[in-house]
Amino acid sequence: MFDQILQFLLTGITVGATYALVALGFAIIYNASDVVNFAQGEFVMMGAMSAIAMSAGDGLPIFLSLPLAVLVTIGVGILLQRFAIAPARGASVVTTIIITIGASIFLRGVALLLWGKSIFALPHFSGEQPIHIGKATLLPQNLWVMGGAALLVLGVHWFFNHTTHGKAILACSCNRTAAQLVGINVGMMMLIAYGLSAFLGAMAGILVTPITFTSYDAGVMLGLKGFSAAILGGFGNPMGAVAGGILLGLIESLAAGLISSGYKDAIGFIILLLVLFFRPSGLFGKATAERV
Amino acid sequence: MKRLTGLLLLAVILLILPFLFPDNYYVTVVGVTALLHAVLAVSLNLLMGYAGQISLGHAAFFGIGAYTSAILTTRYGWDPWAAIMAGLALTGLVSFLVSRPILRLKGHYLAMATLGLGIIINIILVQGEQLTGGPDGLGGIPTLSLFGWAIDTDLRWYWAMGATMLGVVWLALNIIDSRSGRALRALHGSEVAAEMMGINTTAAKTGVFVLAALIASLAGALFCHQQSFISPDSFSFFFSIELVTMVVLGGMASTYGAVFGALILTFLPELLVVFEDFEVMIFGAILMLMMIFLPQGLFVGLQSFALRWLSRRRAAALHTAGD
Repeated sequence: MFDQILQFLLTGITVGATYALVALGFAIIYNASDVVNFAQGEFVMMGAMSAIAMSAGDGLPIFLSLPLAVLVTIGVGILLQRFAIAPARGASVVTTIIITIGASIFLRGVALLLWGKSIFALPHFSGEQPIHIGKATLLPQNLWVMGGAALLVLGVHWFFNHTTHGKAILACSCNRTAAQLVGINVGMMMLIAYGLSAFLGAMAGILVTPITFTSYDAGVMLGLKGFSAAILGGFGNPMGAVAGGILLGLIESLAAGLISSGYKDAIGFIILLLVLFFRPSGLFGKATAERV
Repeated sequence: MKRLTGLLLLAVILLILPFLFPDNYYVTVVGVTALLHAVLAVSLNLLMGYAGQISLGHAAFFGIGAYTSAILTTRYGWDPWAAIMAGLALTGLVSFLVSRPILRLKGHYLAMATLGLGIIINIILVQGEQLTGGPDGLGGIPTLSLFGWAIDTDLRWYWAMGATMLGVVWLALNIIDSRSGRALRALHGSEVAAEMMGINTTAAKTGVFVLAALIASLAGALFCHQQSFISPDSFSFFFSIELVTMVVLGGMASTYGAVFGALILTFLPELLVVFEDFEVMIFGAILMLMMIFLPQGLFVGLQSFALRWLSRRRAAALHTAGD
C-alpha cells in the first residue's frame, strides 16, 4: 500500500509540475494585462509539436530543434499579444476571453493543417531505464520534468524580484498609467510577459511530451488544468499558481489510483469547487473587497 | 407594444422561410439547430448579458434536460412529456442547490467554478455507462407528439422549435422589462449599490440562474427527442464555450443579439466546410477579428452603425434643406 501511494505521489508531482508551469504562464499574463489567456495550453502543444516537426526524419538534431521550438513558441506568444490582445485594449473580461479562445482555436487549426491528427512523441532525454525507489519506479524523464520545472519556477521568481524588467512588469500590473509615467515602456513589458508565458508553456511541452505524447488538440485539457491550478492557488499569485499546480497533480493522481481513473478529472474539479466555496479567492489569494 | 415589433418581425421571417425555400437543408435541418441554439443563447444571455454573471458551464443544464428525458423514455418507458417535466424538476433542483455557493464567486473564480461544474456533469455522462450509455451515447429516443400530432418530420420540428424560440424570446423580453429585470441590471452595474436600493441580490441572482438553467434543460429535452440519439459530446465544455461566444458575438445584453449570434455561429461552420482543412483555422481567425473590431458584438455594433448612418443622413438632409 505504501509503495503504491509513493508511486501515485511521484506520478502526481510530475503531472503537477507540468500544470504548475502552465498555471504560472496564466498568472504572468493575467498580472501583466488582466487577460485570462485560454491559448496557454496551445503554447505547450506548439512547443512540443514544432520540436517534433523540426527534428522529424533527417531534420535537425534534438539539441538544435528544442531551442528553436522554444523560440518559435515565444514568437507565437509575442504575435498573440501584438495582434490580438493589444488592439482590443479596454475590452471587457468576457470579450478578451473570447479573443484568446479564438486564438486557441486558430492555433489548433494551424497545427491540424501542418501536422494532421496523429499523435507524436519526443525521444526521452536520457534513456528509458527505470529508476527504483522502494517498489515504486520512476523514469529519468520524470526527473527532467521535476527538475526543469523547479529551475524554471526559481528563474521566474528571480526575474520578478531581482531584475529591472521583472519589476517593471510588476509595476505595470499594479498601475499601468503610473508605470508609464515613471518611464516604463508598457507595450514592451506586455510583449515580454507574453513571451515569457509562451516560453514556460513551450518548456512544459518539451519536458513532458516524451512521457505523455502530444497531438494538435493536446493543449485544450492542459490549458483547462493550468487555469484550474492558477485559480486553486489564488489567481494572479504566481507562486500560488505553482502550488496549485502541484496540488492538482497530486489530487488527480491519488484519485485515479485510489478511487477511479475515469472520474479523476471530475474529482479534481470537485475539490476545486469545494475550495472555492469555502475560500472564494483560492488557497493563497488575497481576499478582495469590491470598491464602490 | 414597441418591444414586440421585433418579435413580430422574427415570427414573420420564421413563418415565410419554409415557403420561400421548401425542403431546403439550410432551413429545416441547420435551421432547427440554429433555433435550438438561439433558445440556449437567449437563456444564457439573461444570466450573462443582463445579470453579468459569466457561466462557462451552461451546457451542463442542457445535458441534464436531454439525458433525463432520454433515460426515462428509453429505459423506463415514461411518456416523453412526463420525462421532460422530470428533467425540468431535476435541473431546477441541481441549479438551485449549486447557485448559492457558485454565485457568491465573482469574475474569474465564477468562470472557473461554472466551467468545473460543466466538466463534472460531462464526466458523469461519459462514466455513468449503465444509465447514460457512456461515450457511445444513447439511441432510440421516441419523438414527441402534441395533441396526437406527431412531430416526426424536419419541417414539423422547424415549427416546434420556432414556436419554442419565439416563446423564450417573448419571456426574456418581458423579464428584462419587469421589476426583476431591472433588479438584475442594477446588480450588473454594482451589487453593493443594488443592495443599497433594497434589492435582494442573492435572490435575484439565484432566480435568474435557475431560470436560465430551466430554459436550457427544456432545450435539451427537445434536442434529445428531435435527434433520437444523444452522446456526451453534445454537452461538452466546447459547447458551453460556443454558447458564450454566441451571446458575446451577438452583443451582450441584447436578446435579439443573442438570437443573431446563435444564427451566425450555427451557419458559419456550415459555410466554412468548403475550406476543408483550413476550416478550424479560419473559424478561429474570424472569432478573433470580430471580437477585436466589434467588441460590443455584431448585432449591437451593426445596429449602432446603422443608427449613426441614419442620423448623419438626416442631418445632411436638414443641412441641404437649410441651404
